[in-house]
Amino acid sequence: MTQQVDVKARYTPGVIPYKQMGYWEPDYEVKDTDVIAVFRITPQLGVDPEEAAAAVAGESSTATWTVVWTDRLTNCELYRAKAFRVDPVPNNPAQFFAYIAYDLELFEPGSIANLTASIIGNVFGFKAVKALRLEDMRMPVAYLKTFSGPPTGIVVERERLDKFGRPLLGATTKPKLGLSGRNYGRVVYEALRGGLDFVKDDENINSQSFMHWRDRFLYCMEAVSRASAATGEVKGHYLNVTAGTMEEMYERAEFAKELGSVIIMIDLVIGYTAIQSMANWARKNDMILHLHRAGHGTYTRQKSHGVAFRVIAKWMRMAGVDHIHAGTVVGKLEGDPHMIRGIYDTCRETYTPQNLETGLFFDQDWASLNKVMPVASGGIHAGQMHQLLTYLGEDTVLQFGGGTIGHPQGIAAGAQANRVALEAMVLARNEGRDIWHEGPEILNQAARWCTPLRQALDVWKDITFNYESTDTPDFVVQESVSA
Amino acid sequence: MRITQGQFSFLPPLTDDQIKTQVKWALDHGWAVSVEYTDDPHPRNTYWEMYGHPMFDLRDPAGVMQEIVECRQAFPTHYIRVMAFDSSKGWETPRMSFIVNRPDNEPGFRLERQAVEGRSLRYTMTSYAVDRPEGDRY
Repeated sequence: MTQQVDVKARYTPGVIPYKQMGYWEPDYEVKDTDVIAVFRITPQLGVDPEEAAAAVAGESSTATWTVVWTDRLTNCELYRAKAFRVDPVPNNPAQFFAYIAYDLELFEPGSIANLTASIIGNVFGFKAVKALRLEDMRMPVAYLKTFSGPPTGIVVERERLDKFGRPLLGATTKPKLGLSGRNYGRVVYEALRGGLDFVKDDENINSQSFMHWRDRFLYCMEAVSRASAATGEVKGHYLNVTAGTMEEMYERAEFAKELGSVIIMIDLVIGYTAIQSMANWARKNDMILHLHRAGHGTYTRQKSHGVAFRVIAKWMRMAGVDHIHAGTVVGKLEGDPHMIRGIYDTCRETYTPQNLETGLFFDQDWASLNKVMPVASGGIHAGQMHQLLTYLGEDTVLQFGGGTIGHPQGIAAGAQANRVALEAMVLARNEGRDIWHEGPEILNQAARWCTPLRQALDVWKDITFNYESTDTPDFVVQESVSA
Repeated sequence: MRITQGQFSFLPPLTDDQIKTQVKWALDHGWAVSVEYTDDPHPRNTYWEMYGHPMFDLRDPAGVMQEIVECRQAFPTHYIRVMAFDSSKGWETPRMSFIVNRPDNEPGFRLERQAVEGRSLRYTMTSYAVDRPEGDRY
């Protein structure tokens, strides 16, 4: 298993290559209980890929820049991460994929903070690499079992909402900033009454001078309750409880619960530990927990440096959120169809096999962690319904913000247009029709009896966002490394 | 008002042929179809009366249609929904739910607000129809 190290040479004081310190083990046999990470490494000129991989393994586990004798007081072979494989990145001679195994002993149970302090801690600022990106991780079942996961999950969310067999529909209240509580609730009421299941606070709606959080919660719940009575459906508004301190977030969440909300919302920027705390709170209080991924683009988007969003999605399924914004493919925000597929699978499947085309480097058994509902939001409209249903499937929340509120006949008409388009498309799919090709015709047929849909199709008929994706798969067909 | 529970309430009422095609979709996925009815359509009224058990061993949409027709004859002014139950690992829950019969007149829901401290309100929603006894509501 572990290679023999010449102890005398290894522990002579001074600086020796990481490879010689035991962080490069090409013969290492990965254990089922190991955490595996695959990094995209861009080494500095003159640093060979294996040494760079060993350095990343070292700096994300036990190593420091020089030899320390105190290693010998520990079972240091165990704690050393082992880089065991380096592959060239296809069509990019400056970069390499390095596979690194970490023993389960390295991690505290149930702590994303502890996991990330190792895996993306100091190592990302390390001088020997020009750039570093965490592409994917394999989480062993033994480790997943130390996390509670999503407090509600797709199955229970649908049962609580009494909504089955179709994507859920949402919208974000616009404008993001400036509406008073009273005016804000109007948007919520119109959208829910018109046919949406959810309306959502935006990520930066917290408690500003124009709208204090208590006011927002009260007016939004009036809107939710009125819409529920007007339609006979369960309705919800994601009340964003994001605040400066945990105490303040708990206070807001408690108030949302008292008012009878089925769902609350947090932003990714509150941090991993705060997310896990709110997940515990949500589990204790039968609350659906919506996560807005505010801030992720700063480190997920560029291919050379940062953390791939599929890894964030994995961490969030472990940390325990019920909804996560995961891309639309066709909307205004970044999203290559294959990469989005990999992220959606990561949220929703009980087992995801290795699939390099969708960016999944490993087989991943999700143990019994609940499924996360992916949310598609940003620049989507009713005319894309066939594409959305084909790309994203049924277990997703489709959020049409501008595509509801911007409707020429008003918010309720916009909501109705979206709901009719959705139900018509699901009906047609279930009838066995080829919605990818027949989609526009199916929408046009429904628009013959639904004027708001006709208007929506006319207003947004040519709106697409065809920009090249920055985060795309780099792969060659090869064998699985996770036994 | 029109209660919009279920997958297809925003579409014109489904024809029997359309219902049959949806049932086929469920059966093709290995789901068990059931027929349920109620005259209390409150969204939190989870347990509508079962018109028999889910039809676990029935694989023919025509057989399900027969059950729907019989249920409609027995309860012509009730809400009737078709549900599809998936027993597979990771689901074990309904996968479809759509209304196939509803009363001509849907009076809707009364929303009561109880003002409590701090400008908070407690909301209670009640169907106007449930003021009358079960079976005598629509």
